[in-house]
Amino acid sequence: MFAYYMDLALRSLRRSPVLTALMVLAIAVGIGASMTTLTVMHLLSGDPLPGRSQHIFYPQVDPTSHFNPHSHPYDMMDYHSAVDLWSAQRADRQALITVSALRLTAPTVNQPALMAQMLSTTTDFFPMFAVPLQYGNAWTAQDDARHARVAVISADLNNKLFQGSNSVGRTLRLKDTDVRIVGVLAPWRPSPQFYEVVGGRFSDGDTASFYNRPEDVFMPFFSSLEVNDGGFNPFTCWSALDPGVKLQNSTCVWVALWVQLGSAGKVSGYRDYLAAYAEQQKALGRFARADNTRMFDLMQWLDFNRVVPSDVRLQTWLAFAFLAICLFNTIGLLLAKFLRRAGEIGVRRALGASRMAVFAQCLVEAGMIGLLGGLGGLLLTLLGLWLIRRQPVEYADLIHLDPSMFGLTFALAIAASLLAGVLPALRASRIVPALQLKTL
Amino acid sequence: MDILPILSTLRRHKITAWLLIMQIALTCAIVCNAVFLIGQRLQRMDMPSGIDEHNLVQIKVAYISNRPDATARAQTDLAALRQIPGVQQVALSISLPFAMGGPNSDVMLDARQKQRTLSASNFFGQNLLPTLGLKLVEGRDFQPGEYVDLTTATAALQSGELKGLPQTVIITKAMAERLWPGQGALGKTIYFGQGVPFRVIGVLAGLTRSDSLRNGADYSMVMPISVDLTSGARYVIRCAPQDRAQVLGAALAKLKQIDPRRVVLQKGTYDDVRRAFFANDRAMAGILTGVVAALLIVTALGIVGLASFWVAQRRRQIGVRRALGATRANILHYFQTENFLLATIGIVIGMVLAFGINLFLMKHYELPRLPAVYFPVGAIALWMIGQLAVLGPALRAAAVPPVVATRSV
Repeated sequence: MFAYYMDLALRSLRRSPVLTALMVLAIAVGIGASMTTLTVMHLLSGDPLPGRSQHIFYPQVDPTSHFNPHSHPYDMMDYHSAVDLWSAQRADRQALITVSALRLTAPTVNQPALMAQMLSTTTDFFPMFAVPLQYGNAWTAQDDARHARVAVISADLNNKLFQGSNSVGRTLRLKDTDVRIVGVLAPWRPSPQFYEVVGGRFSDGDTASFYNRPEDVFMPFFSSLEVNDGGFNPFTCWSALDPGVKLQNSTCVWVALWVQLGSAGKVSGYRDYLAAYAEQQKALGRFARADNTRMFDLMQWLDFNRVVPSDVRLQTWLAFAFLAICLFNTIGLLLAKFLRRAGEIGVRRALGASRMAVFAQCLVEAGMIGLLGGLGGLLLTLLGLWLIRRQPVEYADLIHLDPSMFGLTFALAIAASLLAGVLPALRASRIVPALQLKTL
Repeated sequence: MDILPILSTLRRHKITAWLLIMQIALTCAIVCNAVFLIGQRLQRMDMPSGIDEHNLVQIKVAYISNRPDATARAQTDLAALRQIPGVQQVALSISLPFAMGGPNSDVMLDARQKQRTLSASNFFGQNLLPTLGLKLVEGRDFQPGEYVDLTTATAALQSGELKGLPQTVIITKAMAERLWPGQGALGKTIYFGQGVPFRVIGVLAGLTRSDSLRNGADYSMVMPISVDLTSGARYVIRCAPQDRAQVLGAALAKLKQIDPRRVVLQKGTYDDVRRAFFANDRAMAGILTGVVAALLIVTALGIVGLASFWVAQRRRQIGVRRALGATRANILHYFQTENFLLATIGIVIGMVLAFGINLFLMKHYELPRLPAVYFPVGAIALWMIGQLAVLGPALRAAAVPPVVATRSV
């Protein structure tokens, strides 16, 4: 029966090619616009660490020494709080993080110097965030403790300097220090660059920079402080920055701490520990407030920072409103089309077709339009994504159509056209045969 | 033209008529808001900077480190840049309009004030006014003796020693108006940090800040603080617009020649700076324009489709009317009026929707209220599109010969 309806639908579509083309075009344009924005939204708002993000937490404290009852914890920590919490090793894994830029050359490679972004972190960073390594290994806890002059580099930098060969054991000159490469990452492009997301609520919705590529150089935290001394910048300071004082002892926040906690018990245990630490620091006179601690998990932290750029959200709203208009358009045209065939439907009903059968036949026709529209929509989505890849935004290289979105395109197109078809099909199935037969 | 027969016909096609009305309403609502958003972005991209953008090129080199000869090296660079043919003025500046990054200060009107009166962008560097082409509306530029170097100033600020700090400041007119509405700003004092006083000696026509535009795009001030190659400083070179490419090339070569180890982070004309700063706005305006065009086309095609269908459905009725004496013009006007009625109802609903969407955007995207002028403009646009779309089918209807009435009975 279905095959017969398909045949009927095809004949009917061929009978009025212009009207069919209009409907297919409307669905295609609506699907193309909404799938383009939905794909971008999907890629930007996804979980950067699927399966493990619920175990990753971002502890925060308020290290200010003046009392303010309404303050929130800062987005980052001062050096002392961060290092205290890190050294306590109370979590399953913990990593300190701060970013700086420095001059980089490879002594054996004939290439001009470049300013590289360096991530200063600790050994747990790699297993905690499942960072893939192509060659070598991450540095060890001993390297952290010994302030070893070692580094892990990104696949991009390895391609640029060493043409992608195994560069483990080779030397990089970072500012004025020689460091040995111990590991090379496999291509790694988390979306967003979650471990570095801070200050989203001050960015006015312009958060595209959260989708930057990871740094090119990863170095043990304490080694990097010596190598790039003076090259670090504070996130913010709660009193004026004194040029004579090292950032480590300043009244500035510039270090972040990430911890991995495997069970609910450990999470509440760590919260208690954080509160106890703040209490202790208050007793020592360093903190003004002990009750101002906070610990989000990774996805909560990303939500708190509103990582998806507001332009992208606005575009998604717009695209769906657009799809709605295209649907109204299709409903109107389908209704016109079905009612035009009132005579034919009347004959079918008189010859014994049930209302259900007429309804089903009309829906098959609508679904067929959806399928064609989905094909067109897919092409338009690919065109839209190609246009976005050409935009000067940080996330441009992330944009692609993944299989789930590919499937969703057709599902959405057919669902939309069936939805558009329900009302016209209902009307068509209500046609009274006698009336139609009379006018034939 | 009689409206009643049209209404009675529409009543028999209620659903179809409503669908068309809803489509027009949604289109109207979205187009009004989208055009408003495009206008907002274009206006933002047109924001004046207060400087002679077409006469400037800029180069940002990496901060090497805090070394004792930093000042001497900066002076060597500046002297060398000045030698390049075509160069009119040279400065080393911290903060430039639209350049991203740069210090901001909380400004107070009273030394004991706890909350800031406003936040202003700080511009440091020697020779800034002539290089950038800033226009003084009142007062004077700094004299060479007033300059303090940045390290000394920061140290003085820390120790609370007022002697090491500059005493004077040049502010923008917008900032002066905000601080002392309706009064002259010259000679008045503003305070920073823990009540450090600065006397206003000049008022600029305009100078836009480097970023954080939402804190007041034209709240900027120039301080007599000389900088060396600290982080964030840029060389700004003034030359004739046609010399820019050649001057930039020569300047880069010269800087490389003085120190081959240095890393150039950014270089380009000021037009490039502006283009980069507003890249997102331009992209968004482009996308919105595309959406508006696509929406109007889809709606117009929808109207064409429905009108064609109605014409085909009513061929016999049209034939009868023609046979009974209706002219072609009567038939044409019938369909045009019908479309006008539907469009009008759609536009009225669309206006309400547009207002609602605007309220939503105001709440979530900090947009201003939709100006009333968008409503009549949107209405006229949709009326015109409706009339254009219906013209073809209506002409076809008018061409139906009266003989149809007799033939098909």
